[in-house]
Amino acid sequence: MTATETILDARACERTLRRMADEIVERTAGTDSLVLVGIQRRGVQLAARLATLIEEREGKPVPRGALDITLYRDDLQTVGPRPLVGATELPVDINDKQVVIVDDVLYTGRTVRAALDELADFGRPARILLAVLIDRGGQELPIRADVIGKVVTVPAGSQVDVRVSELDGDDSVVISPAKARGT
Amino acid sequence: MTGLGKDLLDLESLTAEQITAILDTAEPLKAISLRAIKKVPTMRGATIVNLFFEASTRTRVSFEFAEKRMSADAVNVAIGNSSVSKGETLVDTARNLEAMKIDMVVIRHQASGAARFLAERIESNVINAGDGTHEHPTQGLLDLLTLRDRWGSLRGKRVCLCGDVLHSRVARSNIHGLRKLGAEVAVCGPRSLLPNGAEEALGVTVFDRIEAAIEWADALNILRLQLERMTAGYIPSLREYNRVFGVTRDRLDRAPRELLILHPGPMNRGVEIDSDVADGPHSLILDQVTNGVAVRMAVLYLLRGGRPDLAAAGVAAGE
Repeated sequence: MTATETILDARACERTLRRMADEIVERTAGTDSLVLVGIQRRGVQLAARLATLIEEREGKPVPRGALDITLYRDDLQTVGPRPLVGATELPVDINDKQVVIVDDVLYTGRTVRAALDELADFGRPARILLAVLIDRGGQELPIRADVIGKVVTVPAGSQVDVRVSELDGDDSVVISPAKARGT
Repeated sequence: MTGLGKDLLDLESLTAEQITAILDTAEPLKAISLRAIKKVPTMRGATIVNLFFEASTRTRVSFEFAEKRMSADAVNVAIGNSSVSKGETLVDTARNLEAMKIDMVVIRHQASGAARFLAERIESNVINAGDGTHEHPTQGLLDLLTLRDRWGSLRGKRVCLCGDVLHSRVARSNIHGLRKLGAEVAVCGPRSLLPNGAEEALGVTVFDRIEAAIEWADALNILRLQLERMTAGYIPSLREYNRVFGVTRDRLDRAPRELLILHPGPMNRGVEIDSDVADGPHSLILDQVTNGVAVRMAVLYLLRGGRPDLAAAGVAAGE
């Protein structure tokens, strides 16, 4: 049987995101030139939450976008059936901006590598930061997060699922042991 | 099954799910053509040969843009200056190209079935860019995408293909695709240019008068009148054709509802379509051209790999 473990519930998620929002503006020294870009899919909702929290605190609008990195993946030759392609929407020019890439889980780092490549096709930001709700370790590339919600240590093969109410009905982070499932 | 397999040869053998998967993939790919850098690295290292045994500008350029925007390397082989003019067979030509380690062939050929013939004999993916009077699947797909963008869904919508349906591979691909996605399909043209027993053979309504088609339809897809048909005796004269079957502003003004206008090009202005219709507010002709690049990018993406074992497992792997 599979025993799943909830490591963050809705209230803990809320507190963690609030702290991450504060850390982001601290690092970017305010909201001037700040753009939050979420990676499809759950990074997009998290970026929206963080942007709203920053707006509440700073009283200034924070532009947010979405990146779908499918076409930039490095494993398309081996992944089997073609993954679905989602939408990339960057509402503002990212040249000379401080862009914060937001994702739910940092694992191998390959998604972030793809996101960096895709951003480079849109312009040359002054600076790019990485914010993740969960850093589970196991990076296969020299990529580290700048703003981290929670660091967890789980065995390879285990699954760390970030759930967001917009898509999943509730906000939580759940760890399940290794088992057969889609990625 | 939503995966595409090794080749795209026709729409007749695809399922509604497969067609929908192509259109859904094309949708986000459209935005790539609007970027400053109109290119994604997805197909880096893939080599594609565009093998055109018939003249084509629009389709060839559209495929070439699609290939380049996906970062594939494309080589154009036009028939006038290839060994085919020295008598080489289709299979020999393709095998020679394949010996240079290519991944895909886009083929346009005057013989119906040429794409399938080739696909069964080479390892590379084959995309049919029009074979004789059989099918032109990517044109069918881009027409479907253009209409779906306008309507949201094709279900229950009425589309009439007007003109030379008999010789039209565009018509055949449209009929199969539209019917699979739930649209009602009609054809309208002189009886000499409609297939015998079109009602039963193709499952379409037949109109003898363009006025009746305009009254019935939500969209007209106006086929190019291939001018060589006139000398072959299918129609008496171009003027006569325009007078009876031409889609004119006057006729459209009597349409009971908004009527969208498509044309696969190249147009014979003043023959099958008048200029003020082609350039009018309901014309989607340039949207078709734009969508053509996105649809072809989607097909390249979904076929890429040439691994039928993998592709057959379905396209919906999720994120």
